[in-house]
Amino acid sequence: MELNVNGRKVYAATGGKPFDAKLPAIVFVHGAAADHTVWKLQTRYFAWHGHGVLALDMPGHGRSDGPAVPTIEALADWLIAVLDAAEVQQAALVGHSIGSLITLDAAARYPDRVSALALLGCAYPMRVNDELLNSARANEDLANQLTNAWGYGRAAQLGRHTIPGTWMLKGGMRLVEESADGVLFNDMNACDKYNGGETAAGRVKCPTLSIMGEKDMMTPLKTARRTAALIAGATETVIPGAGHIMMDEAPDETLDALRGFLPAPAYT
Amino acid sequence: MADPKYLNFDTLTLHAGQKPDATYGARAVPIYQSTSFVFQDTDHAAALFNMERSGHIYSRISNPTVAVLEERIAALEGGVGAVATASGQAALHLGVATLMGQGSHIVSSASIYGGSHNMFAHTLPRFGIEASFADPRDPDAFAAAIRPNTRLLYGESLGNPGLEVMNVRAVADVAHANGLPLMIDNTFATPYLFQPFEHGADIVMHSATKFLGGHGVAVAGLLVDGGQFDWEASGKFPTMTEPYDGYHGLDFAEEFGPNAFIMRARMEGLRDFGAAMSPQTAFYVLQGVETLSVRMQRHVENTRAIVDFLSGQDAVAWITYPELPEHADHDLAKALMPNGVGAVFSFGIKGGRGAGAKFIESLEIYSHLANVGDAKSLVIHPASTTHQQMDAGALAAAGVGEDMVRMSVGLEDIRDLKDDLGGALRRSQR
Repeated sequence: MELNVNGRKVYAATGGKPFDAKLPAIVFVHGAAADHTVWKLQTRYFAWHGHGVLALDMPGHGRSDGPAVPTIEALADWLIAVLDAAEVQQAALVGHSIGSLITLDAAARYPDRVSALALLGCAYPMRVNDELLNSARANEDLANQLTNAWGYGRAAQLGRHTIPGTWMLKGGMRLVEESADGVLFNDMNACDKYNGGETAAGRVKCPTLSIMGEKDMMTPLKTARRTAALIAGATETVIPGAGHIMMDEAPDETLDALRGFLPAPAYT
Repeated sequence: MADPKYLNFDTLTLHAGQKPDATYGARAVPIYQSTSFVFQDTDHAAALFNMERSGHIYSRISNPTVAVLEERIAALEGGVGAVATASGQAALHLGVATLMGQGSHIVSSASIYGGSHNMFAHTLPRFGIEASFADPRDPDAFAAAIRPNTRLLYGESLGNPGLEVMNVRAVADVAHANGLPLMIDNTFATPYLFQPFEHGADIVMHSATKFLGGHGVAVAGLLVDGGQFDWEASGKFPTMTEPYDGYHGLDFAEEFGPNAFIMRARMEGLRDFGAAMSPQTAFYVLQGVETLSVRMQRHVENTRAIVDFLSGQDAVAWITYPELPEHADHDLAKALMPNGVGAVFSFGIKGGRGAGAKFIESLEIYSHLANVGDAKSLVIHPASTTHQQMDAGALAAAGVGEDMVRMSVGLEDIRDLKDDLGGALRRSQR
């Protein structure tokens, strides 16, 4: 579905069912230079199990109008504006990588709008390798190569995707290739420069789950654990063998972690 | 400088898509000879059927052994995904049927496998899909043949049997300027010698029966999605961009992004048309793919030696091999396929059809049969076999002459192959 947010089109996938704002809402926020398709399996599950699902394309990503938004705080404000546009008073937020920082910041600053928070591949500070950042600034193919080489765990680089016949490394690269010039840098830079993570983590009041990849090279397990420990009552699920892009590398394990955290409404 | 350290081609031929079996530690790919797979519970079953979870349901749609092959070929071609089919022809049909319906039109290279030509020229019209044929060396001819209802441009990276080298980039540019995808049959080259996606192609198909399998033991096909074509921007492909009633209104481009085409091919095409590959076949092809690089090196090395040998034979009227300086595609072949232009080529025997027949029947090591890409050396007379349904005009357009012999050079000792050819050539002239 398309939403109008501050005069610009925002695209949200709804998991194959029309969005119903009366159902418990879950909003998914993707990672750097990606789009809603990274959540293809999980969004379908929740939409068909009693939730209203919005898997957003961030500004300048996927099917949403640009330009890309340069800071985590501004993206968190944008996220709340999306909830307003969708007439959703309160939602569970699921964010991956940059999306996890955005949802973390939104949960801290808009506590009455966020019922639960699931952070995937979330480590603070989320510093980005200088060479990657510079390469992304120059819109070099190397930035795409490094993003996916470090994003997908080494095990995933041999494949065996659970969606039969899918070679996920190339899929990840295609998403970055489809992004407009400057988008990858925008996202990486926003992560790198974000300084509000510790404060935000201390303010989060809603139930929080951190889903971590055991072999995550982008947001290493150790840092992810340290970040989760800053959030009162946060629980963790570590996906064995997974890298940073766990919802693609281990879609069922990711779904199971989310399912346990965001149970289906009673009527299902 | 930071290095992504992606696994390289030869490693992927052996490992992509597979890890040692978790239960028993089997190193080889197990053959999951099972039609169906047990659900954990009713919710799991429903979730699999509704694409909320990934996994295998029924081997017509997917199978763990077949999936290893699919993923491995996608990795080797540099695509986002692949679907394995019962044959190369099934892969071609699946590609066409996934993209279009009645009232559509295809612009194809004129120099293609006779079976593919047959499908386009004579069979698909019965289902309301027409085709025009263009000179593979003339991208403008493809452009000129495009109609408002055209939905696909098609060609072979190395034409069968004439080895016309397609300028994939130039034809891809024509396709994309018209909002159309380009499908390339990469059977003769294999991804070892040429990767069409790197040159702008959008979809690749293989008869895996040939060099990928490599041993002449299994009929098999593969359809690979490059994930690069923008179906939404084109606006010509409702199968990709509009809700599909056969799957609860699923919009494939919206849901699967770069994987839209290959997901539709599986979820509709394998489900409804059912031209699936068996797990046993996938195992055979995987065995071949494991040695693809070393086999292709030897195929090319032997082919070069045979071409050189035949070039010095009085009984040989002509040879068509793109590595020869006089070949029309010599420069293009050198640029696109620096590691070799395959192991199939054609030549003419002095004395025409009769001498050709005598030559073929005199061979002892070469086998006379309708295949290429076997580890064993093969020959055939295209005009009377693989291309016999074509009329004189189509044969001429495809570059198939009455005196043409098509040869697929195998992996035997080159001295024995030369002896065999030399003897048969002498007998052909008596």
